[in-house]
Amino acid sequence: MRAAAHALRHELIGLAGVVERNVYLTRRYIWWDAAWFIWTVANTLTITFIAKGIEASGGIIDVNRATTSLLVGAVIWAYLGVVFEFLTETVAWERWEGTIEYTFMAPLSRAMHLGGSGVFAVLYGLIRAILLFFVVAAFFDLSMPSADFFAALVVLIVASISFFGIGMRMAVLPLISPEKGAQLGYVAQGIMLVCSGVYYPVDVLPGWMQAIATISPATYALDGIRGAILDGEGLGTVWPDVWPLLIIGAICIPLGLWVFHRGEQYAKRHGKLKRSG
Amino acid sequence: MTPDVSSSIGGEVEAVPAVEVSELRKDFWRRNKDRNRLGRRGRRRVAAIRGVSFSMARGETIAILGQNGSGKSTLVRLLSTLLLHDGGEARIFGHDVFGQPRPVRRMVNRVSVEASFFKKMSAAENLAYAARFYGMTPGATRRAIPEILQRVGFPSERRHEAMENLSRGMQQKVALARALLTSPVLLLLDEPTTGLDPRSKLEVQEFIRDLQGSHDSTILLCTHDLAEAEALADRVGILDRGRLLALEPAEDLKRRYDAETLEQAFFAATGRAFEEEGDEEDDEREVFA
Ligand SMILES: Nc1ncnc2c1ncn2[C@@H]1O[C@H](COP(=O)(O)OP(=O)(O)OP(=O)(O)O)[C@@H](O)[C@H]1O
Ligand SMILES: [Mg+2]
Repeated sequence: MRAAAHALRHELIGLAGVVERNVYLTRRYIWWDAAWFIWTVANTLTITFIAKGIEASGGIIDVNRATTSLLVGAVIWAYLGVVFEFLTETVAWERWEGTIEYTFMAPLSRAMHLGGSGVFAVLYGLIRAILLFFVVAAFFDLSMPSADFFAALVVLIVASISFFGIGMRMAVLPLISPEKGAQLGYVAQGIMLVCSGVYYPVDVLPGWMQAIATISPATYALDGIRGAILDGEGLGTVWPDVWPLLIIGAICIPLGLWVFHRGEQYAKRHGKLKRSG
Repeated sequence: MTPDVSSSIGGEVEAVPAVEVSELRKDFWRRNKDRNRLGRRGRRRVAAIRGVSFSMARGETIAILGQNGSGKSTLVRLLSTLLLHDGGEARIFGHDVFGQPRPVRRMVNRVSVEASFFKKMSAAENLAYAARFYGMTPGATRRAIPEILQRVGFPSERRHEAMENLSRGMQQKVALARALLTSPVLLLLDEPTTGLDPRSKLEVQEFIRDLQGSHDSTILLCTHDLAEAEALADRVGILDRGRLLALEPAEDLKRRYDAETLEQAFFAATGRAFEEEGDEEDDEREVFA
């Protein structure tokens, strides 16, 4: 019992250490991040202006509602980008610096190591997502009278469990191809979102894409968050979106760990961890 | 096979060798030079470690000499659980390195040729990060880091500077500090002084000697510096194309090869093996270098 508590404490210190390291690095690159945030805002604007554009060219559309709906899609896109990027960087960055060997030879479970990255990625991603949402909402002077932001946040956090699980599978790619592996993260992000109704209802998609949508956590995240923000659905009402997320999460995390473990074994068999020497 | 004796059982520890390696093998896959009939280049297995056996007593220092590509770093990586083996066995204080990596990781740390740090982070931040993985709290590292830096001869007041601003010698000292911070019982030093100026080199060597005196650590040192090997190690081994030719006190090694200096012994050992091996591995040696 004592030994178990001690071991758990040790693991949690390791997890916190990863978060701490990410805080240091983020602090170093904060101005680059700020510049990147401007890019994200610009990119989001290019999407959210679409609603006004449709109205201007004669379409009949609830501009406020459509813009908010597009904004939710764009924010989730950006959020997922941040989360996946941090997770793939867990390996990619360390491999680049050469510290990966020291990290992988340390007595810390991979779950906690990746968990540290995940916790930081989610926290940092949430801050950026919330900031992005309100900056762009202010730009359009959007009115969201009945929005339940708390329920929206809960949905996003629950969805993040699955995003983390999927991100782990992305994180393993730089172990296999250090140079190009990280880019495949964008492929996964794109495929997942295009099938999950990022800027449109899932119903408009061809059948096979709808099939992917049912197992994609992003589908439920988008649906739940839109429900909470546009229609003021509370925690009770978004439950049909939350429970699938919990189930997908419960599958994604062990699956992600297993895939990562396989990747790590491959890297250790073929000597892919080293950079030089 | 040795029974699994936990390193914490005081009296029995002495009975378990610090390191016990037997018939250890590691192969890598390498692309062929020539294409096959389909125009594809096949791959073949190339052995980097071919049946290495040795053991180390607790508190002992051994030095491994070997040409570039002889497998020194591969051996170190195998012992640090960074590579999976293809045969044989390795035990550290009785724990199977490949079967029970967890307790092994707790006991081992390593310094390699390349210091490898987050360049934008400071020495203190890098050390704290590395130590967390070994369960050290912020409170513990705040105290331990300045202390350990002092000991390796790193000016403690520079610990908040970014690593990229430090010279190689300084970085190497931080790497030593990183390894020591976690109080390893087995220290793997892979060319810790390569590329350092004579003074830094001496400082690092002095520090290793200091460790031998004051700490209960077992040290495996890979080096190209024969004088360093002779001065620091209880026994010196020669690794040649993945085979450990000998591992004995430097004097015995000289006698074995009928040499006056360790350098002569080294050339005699690696040169003779070269003639014996014949042509089959010549092209590999070329790739190794
Ligand atoms: N990750 C790897 N992938 C493929 N081959 C490898 C890998 N690591 C080592 N090798 C091969 O294994 C052999 C031994 O390499 P190793 O790095 O262990 O040599 P070394 O004795 O440390 O050399 P040096 O003195 O140059 O550091 C070499 O032929 C090398 O090319
Ligand atoms: Mg080497």
